[in-house]
Amino acid sequence: MIEIIIFVLGIAVLLYVLLGGADFGAGIVELATGKKGINTISKAIAPVWEANHIWLILAVVILFNGFPRVFTTLTIYLHIPLFIVLVGIVFRGTAFTFRYYDIQQDNTQKHYTRIFRISSLLTPFFLGITLGAIILGNIPANVNGTFYEVFISPWLNLFTFTTGIFVTLLFGWLASIYLIGEAHDDKSYQTFAKTARIFFVSLILSGLSVFLVAEIYGLHLFMKFSQSLLAIGCVTLATVVIPLLWINVNRRNVLQTRLLAGIQTACIIAGWFAVQFPVMIFISGGSDLTVWNSQAPERTISLLVDALIVGILIILPAFAYLFKVFKFDNKGDEATN
Amino acid sequence: MDDFLAARLQMTVSFVFHIVYACIGMTMPWLMFVAEWKWIKTGQQVYLDLAKAWARGVAIFFAVGAVSGTVLSFELGLLWPNFMEHAGAIIGMPFSWEGTAFFLEAIALGVFLYGRNRVSNRMHLISGLVVGIAGVISGIFVVAANAWMNSPSGFDWINGQANNIDPMKAMFNKAWFQQALHMTIAAFASTCFAVAGIHAYMLLRHKDNDFHRKAIRIALSFGIVAAILQPLSGDLSAKNVAILQPAKLAAMESLFKTSEPASLVIGGIPNVKEEKVEYGLHIPKLLSFLAHGDFNAEVQGLDKTKKEDWPPVPIVHFAFQIMVLMGLLMMGTGILFLIFKIKWKENLDRKWWLIWLVGLTPVGFIAVEAGWIVTEVGRQPWIIYGIMKTRDAVTPMPGIQYPFYVITLIYILLTIFVFWLMKRQILAIQTNYQDILSHD
Repeated sequence: MIEIIIFVLGIAVLLYVLLGGADFGAGIVELATGKKGINTISKAIAPVWEANHIWLILAVVILFNGFPRVFTTLTIYLHIPLFIVLVGIVFRGTAFTFRYYDIQQDNTQKHYTRIFRISSLLTPFFLGITLGAIILGNIPANVNGTFYEVFISPWLNLFTFTTGIFVTLLFGWLASIYLIGEAHDDKSYQTFAKTARIFFVSLILSGLSVFLVAEIYGLHLFMKFSQSLLAIGCVTLATVVIPLLWINVNRRNVLQTRLLAGIQTACIIAGWFAVQFPVMIFISGGSDLTVWNSQAPERTISLLVDALIVGILIILPAFAYLFKVFKFDNKGDEATN
Repeated sequence: MDDFLAARLQMTVSFVFHIVYACIGMTMPWLMFVAEWKWIKTGQQVYLDLAKAWARGVAIFFAVGAVSGTVLSFELGLLWPNFMEHAGAIIGMPFSWEGTAFFLEAIALGVFLYGRNRVSNRMHLISGLVVGIAGVISGIFVVAANAWMNSPSGFDWINGQANNIDPMKAMFNKAWFQQALHMTIAAFASTCFAVAGIHAYMLLRHKDNDFHRKAIRIALSFGIVAAILQPLSGDLSAKNVAILQPAKLAAMESLFKTSEPASLVIGGIPNVKEEKVEYGLHIPKLLSFLAHGDFNAEVQGLDKTKKEDWPPVPIVHFAFQIMVLMGLLMMGTGILFLIFKIKWKENLDRKWWLIWLVGLTPVGFIAVEAGWIVTEVGRQPWIIYGIMKTRDAVTPMPGIQYPFYVITLIYILLTIFVFWLMKRQILAIQTNYQDILSHD
């Protein structure tokens, strides 16, 4: 039972990173490309960003229904980064919509654009910080301590900083890959292919830095990965994919590129889950919150599983339809352009 | 500022802000659906224009609603972790269903707003209907979770822990139906009166404009039904509250002493110190009837509740009076509309009627806000009625006033921006809507 929930949670995280990540990343890419990318980016994310965003809501609901203590531990000790994430979500979503839907195009667009870009950068960074704090294990077991010890130091350190950078680059990279397929002319294709390459190289370096910095903090990620068969498999596959991706970006194979990027991201997340399982949050002192010690009572879990199965059966076909309409079917573009 | 107060204020601000967008998000898809359906049926361009014009507004409102809803779902934990630690397993279920419904709503909305040139007319119309249905369903689930806070069930509370949890029983608690019904109707009444009011304003400026006239007709056809049904649903709610939360009802009516029979107080200023109402209009026996369906029934007053467990009486009392007044205004308008419709039809085109509609633009939303103040403030000091005090649920993190300031500032800014955007939108559409909408 609980395995199904963890699996759906994993899927929700993966799809949020892939899709929601690409939407946030689009704002980061815009920071790099400036005006050149705006049109493609607006058109590409307008119809889908709200649906993509809801994978995050699904993950949150799974946490507070199925693992209430995990949810409350996150919200107590990581209040500040989560709050910044929320502010980022609000600013990104509204600024983007205002820019897209404002009936008069004038000077105000500039301000929306600025807010959209900055919040698109800030949100993934603080999501990454939150993630780093979950892995690092500096979250205290109780609130007895100074404000700094309890509410700041668990998430403000070099390790979380590197995970923040990693997630930001990941989102930017995914967006570049996604936008390559959305580009309708050669010039914008080149623009996004260039950002894709830059982000890709930075992402690999940043991934390595996460492992290295972890060692400084006594978190032996290299060792942990080498002990899990699934994690080894994930790392191997992710490495094999690297040259394939590079080639496909150069050859302009849109579908293959997206698929490979999806596999790569799935590897990263599956590897992380494999190393982490069954711990959900590492707590300083070792009283970690695990899948087993933090799950809700059986009756709640079984009803949640029912809800998730029915929900997925409804959502996935609808989601596939949404993407079929907007992503694989260009007749609308011919009609409007 | 006290952290507990700051947390409560932050929740209030977040909620007061979000509920407006939630109502619009629930209702507008239905109006767009009807406009589009009429276009397909009659072939009149004006209906298509209307559907397109509304869609532009809805896109903005929906986005703000989605992100402010996300804020709330996190704030449950950021501000009230001790509540969520216990309640999560009990009432998480309606949230997981709400998540599904909301997901479907967002997907269908994507198709409806952006897919006009990409899917068939029929598929487009269906997507509009899906948005409307999914929106109402997701609203019902969220309200069911709130109703559980008022009428907790589906668990045994033993030594500060919930045991024998039954999420089904928790979701279908004794208050869920009355609250969900009242809120759904309220969403329709508030949004439709606001829409009618805005188009009435435009019609006053541009006489005989078919676009605005048809807009008013569609909005009012929903709004009138909602406005006339709402007092009946309110009556169900009041009877429900009288049984489940007598202290809340007593605060709404400022009934300090248990009375048999009890009179209804209209208006007035509650004096909590001396435990009496100054100035109000007292109608004998009416409260007994409204609360229990019997003119001589006993109605429990605040004297049966320990004074430390009283909700803030004046706030609840005033909010309730305001809600009822706004509700009656809308109901009266609804009845008047029906009378004019049957006889004296020409009045519906008269200037005074349009001005009256313009005046009613905000009343539905005022009623919604006031109603939620009654629900939430009226439950205090409890977060889970009779089980957990709000004060015991608050986060241990100090300095909550800072997130409160930030959220308040952001929402004030957003409100100004949305108003400004809508104004630009409406003014642009009024002058050359056909030109603008042809690009959609």
